[in-house]
Amino acid sequence: MSQYILRRIAIAFPLILAVTTVVFVMLRVALPGDPAQVMAGDRASPEQIELIRRKLGFDRPVLEQYFIFLRNFAGGDLGRSVKFREPVLGVIAKAFPFTVTLTFLSVAVGTTIGLVIGIITAVYQRTWVDNIGIVLTVFFFSIPTFWLGLMLILIFSVGLRVLPVQGAGSWRHFVLPVATLAVGQSALIARLTRSSMIEVLSADYVRTARAKGLAHRQVLLRHALRNTLIPVITVVGLSVGGLLGGAVITESIFGLPGVGRLAIDAISNRDYPMIQGAVILVAASFVFVNLIVDIIYAFVDPRIRYA
Amino acid sequence: MPEAKLTAERGRPTGLYQLVLLKFVSNRVALFGLCCLLLMLLAIMFAPQATPYDPLQKNTPERNQPPSREHPFGTDKLGRDILSRVLYGGRVSLQVGFLSVGLAVIVSAPLGLIAGFFGGLADNSIMRVMDLILAFPGLILAIWLVSLLGSNINNVIIAIAFFSLPTFSRLIRGITLSIREMEYVMAARGMGAGSLRIMFFHILPGVLGPLIVLTTLGVSGAIVAGASLSFLGLGVRPPTPEWGAMLADGRNYLRTQWWIAVFPGMTITLVVLILNIIGDALRDALDPNVRA
Repeated sequence: MSQYILRRIAIAFPLILAVTTVVFVMLRVALPGDPAQVMAGDRASPEQIELIRRKLGFDRPVLEQYFIFLRNFAGGDLGRSVKFREPVLGVIAKAFPFTVTLTFLSVAVGTTIGLVIGIITAVYQRTWVDNIGIVLTVFFFSIPTFWLGLMLILIFSVGLRVLPVQGAGSWRHFVLPVATLAVGQSALIARLTRSSMIEVLSADYVRTARAKGLAHRQVLLRHALRNTLIPVITVVGLSVGGLLGGAVITESIFGLPGVGRLAIDAISNRDYPMIQGAVILVAASFVFVNLIVDIIYAFVDPRIRYA
Repeated sequence: MPEAKLTAERGRPTGLYQLVLLKFVSNRVALFGLCCLLLMLLAIMFAPQATPYDPLQKNTPERNQPPSREHPFGTDKLGRDILSRVLYGGRVSLQVGFLSVGLAVIVSAPLGLIAGFFGGLADNSIMRVMDLILAFPGLILAIWLVSLLGSNINNVIIAIAFFSLPTFSRLIRGITLSIREMEYVMAARGMGAGSLRIMFFHILPGVLGPLIVLTTLGVSGAIVAGASLSFLGLGVRPPTPEWGAMLADGRNYLRTQWWIAVFPGMTITLVVLILNIIGDALRDALDPNVRA
């Protein structure tokens, strides 16, 4: 087991190194135009541009820049944001809690609802309950977040006036964004749970448990649900990893100052150190979450071979 | 197999794809969805004939009108008919959806086949690159690519295709891995077939079914991704109508002119919903465990 975990960790680190390298290459080599020029703005004098270039080390050979960048990165220094005039890491650290809160709340709410719907539709397979469940989940699965977000604002903020439209001051500000993301998440989990549960329910050990005369509820929760959860865990992990960096639309609709919005703003402001930092951190957290999921997976599913 | 034999004796179709088609057609919801989708495609293709209004023509006296008989979806702040803009906008959104997925399939099919068929170094190097792409947050990666390459529809298509590569190549690789071990592949090899021949004539047909399912679902995902990009202000430029851009525009008038945001969003949802229903039905039809 410990060997398996070590192996997984050994795979994760080169991946993060590769991510940082790609980000570096995309920003220094593939970028059209001179980054120093772009950062200084249109009206900057050649001296000012030269100063910026020297300050950011753009005057040195690319390979040297790369090693300096890696050294700084390893030491936790991601440079200074051009727009905020603060260390990138500090700016991201302020935004991260919003994204983390949004991610975990919406995944928790969505997964809980999805599990309940999934189990019920699997148990009442091929009845009207199942049919309604299938229709609802495919519908929820299909609504794009940007439209759902706007419609929730239209209903609850503009129409009923019970929840704020934008901002991040109190828990009330989180209700609509969490709902927006939880709808899709619940549909995803419900579909997965249903199909996984149906498969498990026809397994021999479930039949054995029933033949032993165990109560329906006990067979369902003790025997079937546990094995149903195995694929669900992977998807929940992927959702957490994805939302940590992918809640861009939701954050921007509801004006939540999270990491996704930070990244978008940095891209449109051409704030290169900020883009670099945000993309690397988001990618690193995605890799990290996947690593944790893999490890949990190994604990939950004894069938996984550690070799 | 006995089942297939029986149907053959009764003179009914026996081929795998005929059976799949039969199963798909028996799914009424999916069939209805397919008809709706075809109707929408026709309306979008023949937008100039379907609507009397020019999607770009300003008409100030008729601005900000709620839905009515003349303008079923209402008009926007410049008096442009929203239904016409939704129809013309569909051209851009569907183009993004189909072309980006098409591009992703064309690039990832050989990659997945090679990785799965040859294994070893080829497999490792291709799949590690895919893992790397997957490690980047999809939408941010797309936004970044589009802002680097330049904000236009071609680059939106390239960006979306790029971040869909891992999904497709992983699927194709996985199926290739299992088919590679089948006896008929061994038989083909024994008869002297080369690697290329085996890959394209013996393995690819087996990949096709699941690939069609993933493509259908991928198109709906790509339509949403494209609309998301233009919602954030990347991609097509105004005044060109596009569903995501229309939504972004309507977002500022939610309090007073709700219809500007509601109808384009409803259209996207409907298209995505239908594509997902069709994708699900195809998956069921291809699954031998699901009976018609």
